Amino acid sequence: MQFSVSNAPHVHQKDSTASLMLDVLTALMPCVIAGVWLFGWQALRVTLLSVVFCVGLELLWQKLGKKPIRINDLSAAVTGVILALNLPSTAPWWMIFVGSAVAILLVKQMFGGLGCNFMNPALAARAVLLASWPTFMTATNTASAYPLPFDTVTSATVLTEGSTFSATTIDLLVGRIPGTIGEVCKVAILLGLLYLLLRRTITWHIPVVMIGSFMLFAWAFGLDPVAGVLSGGVLFGAVFMATDYVTSPMTPLGQCVYAAGAGLIVALIRAFGGYPEGVTYAILLMNIATPLIDRAIRPRIYGEVKSRA
Amino acid sequence: MKRTFKGGVHPLREIHEGKRFTEDCAVRPLVPGQVTIPVGMHIGAPSAPCVKKGDVVRLGQVIAEPVGGLGLPVHASVSGTVVAVEERQQLRAKPELCITIENDMLDDWVELTPVGEVETVDPAAIIPAVRAAGICGMGGAAFPTHVKMTVPEGKRADIVILNGAECEPYLTADYRNMLEHPDRIVDGLRLILRATGVSRGVIAIEDNKPEAIAAMEKAVEGRTGCEVMALRTKYPQGGEKQLIEVVTGRQVPRGQLPIEAGALVFNVSTARAIAEAVTEGRPLIERITTVAGCVKEPGNLLVRVGTPFQEVVDACGGLADGAKKAFAGGPMTGLCAPDLSVSVAKNNNGVILFDEAQAKALEEGPCIRCGRCVGVCPMRLMPYEMKFDVERGNLERAKARGLMDCVLCGACAYICPARRHLTAAFKTAREELAAKARR
Repeated sequence: MQFSVSNAPHVHQKDSTASLMLDVLTALMPCVIAGVWLFGWQALRVTLLSVVFCVGLELLWQKLGKKPIRINDLSAAVTGVILALNLPSTAPWWMIFVGSAVAILLVKQMFGGLGCNFMNPALAARAVLLASWPTFMTATNTASAYPLPFDTVTSATVLTEGSTFSATTIDLLVGRIPGTIGEVCKVAILLGLLYLLLRRTITWHIPVVMIGSFMLFAWAFGLDPVAGVLSGGVLFGAVFMATDYVTSPMTPLGQCVYAAGAGLIVALIRAFGGYPEGVTYAILLMNIATPLIDRAIRPRIYGEVKSRA
Repeated sequence: MKRTFKGGVHPLREIHEGKRFTEDCAVRPLVPGQVTIPVGMHIGAPSAPCVKKGDVVRLGQVIAEPVGGLGLPVHASVSGTVVAVEERQQLRAKPELCITIENDMLDDWVELTPVGEVETVDPAAIIPAVRAAGICGMGGAAFPTHVKMTVPEGKRADIVILNGAECEPYLTADYRNMLEHPDRIVDGLRLILRATGVSRGVIAIEDNKPEAIAAMEKAVEGRTGCEVMALRTKYPQGGEKQLIEVVTGRQVPRGQLPIEAGALVFNVSTARAIAEAVTEGRPLIERITTVAGCVKEPGNLLVRVGTPFQEVVDACGGLADGAKKAFAGGPMTGLCAPDLSVSVAKNNNGVILFDEAQAKALEEGPCIRCGRCVGVCPMRLMPYEMKFDVERGNLERAKARGLMDCVLCGACAYICPARRHLTAAFKTAREELAAKARR
């Protein structure tokens, strides 16, 4: 009888790349549902289009490049959902397409595919769209199933200077404010965070430190820290985008440094910058710093001690 | 006292580390019809055969003489006729020189000369007796025990640790030894303490074996300098360096031997073999091996060294349906057997069989940099990075990043969601470096 032969270990834990991505997709579902509730079916249109474009473009790239087809790892689907949640529900189809192409082709595949990109693909796409079509990106939609207490279309987010918009804390928590599909409903984001932590898909380090750092520096710079967290994209960014495995540091300490830096930059941009919102750029900048952090902060190897005297 | 180390994994925790299948199976002896004994079972130069085809040998007779400083004698594990002295495929990559003996079923022992009693024997006589008995580490590494017991000039040890952690899933051989022969294990510890002049001996056991802890605690009562320490169950708790860190709070400096941390570590089964070598003059000719997985009646067997896996499996009711993979040792570090003709060696604590589903090879995906390998590495390395270095052929950089510090425990490969073949790559790279060094 011949047996199959392989190297040890002969047992593996159950989590796979695909199962982790499925965890993230599941954790994103409350945000998608909240988005549809707040902005109507347009939000679902944006989400579906974004997923189809992202997965389709990845499949096309791998087919044309005669590479192994890896869309089953669900990472392109995660990018698709996150990109959609970063867009307003009014985003036209061609803008979603451009965003998907930037995320999947330019940022992810051209650098070698999953695990090789140095920036979060969805965020990089958002940055490109924000720079190219700022009016489209900050517009929000009125066609909501739920009457929104603000006038939208070309109006601004809560963070825009001179905005006369005012909202109660409850409005901020459930997301009855203008913004992108995924960032507005803080309750949904926290549900997603809870799921990711319970499933141990991510650890607490990045979200907690990033929010903590942001609140601390926002307070130091004279902003209202609580209102700051409850408006804009900092919570969504801290939970779903800063925690991207590929572009965040490998060690818990490195993750804390990275998250603290991201929180600081968000506060800096909001307090002193020309943009009303800085989460995208804050995380992208820390993505770029990640290889440096990983080089500087390493665990001390066992036995790296002086010999006993 | 810290009861565990940093990092590590919990393989098969959901099924009590796979130990339920055999932990209540009392050890039963297996008498093989034929044994094929490799002459190179220990680390060090293979021994030189001193018998030839056609010779009649007695049980316990030396059949191969030690070669070199790490050399050990090999003894006949059955009485009978030598039918072959030739190369056979064993667990290593290349065939090895083996001596095959047909068992005459008489168990005709050579004259055994006890060296002395545990507390009265001349301490200087202990280490030679251990060497003469052919004892090497029975927990897996197979390092010659007499060499380990010899504290080099100018060095000092202040603690002897008996490793009863048995952190590999499925294995219950050391566990049964601790339940069935606790006094002999403590005898062995006392002999090591007396031979090395160390005053403190600690028997370290994972807390998933409360009965073994109780048995050993009872056995150390009234014995000078001996104590039992319960450790948290986590793999690789039984790794030598992890064990030293947990028990003493000290780390073995990089690239050096445990003695630099003032500690000596021996497996509990090795300790029992030492006791038998000194008080009975008995050579190491048999050991307890766990047989589990895809066999009809899993259990713990007292197996003669050199017994083919086939006879081991047959003694456990034969293969269950669908057996697809066999390995010697536990599932985290075990070596695969290509077929059932390979033999049980002195360090072989388990023969585990896996079915098709368990043996299924997992496809390697791209690293997603989740950092889990970094979190679980008990040596605190960054395995994902070393794997990239090895893939790019940059072995020097891998070395700088800790390739030689890696203990090949398999924790990183176990945890990796992309199923990267991390440990396998490090093992191959190390073998490449060793081959380069020899040239």
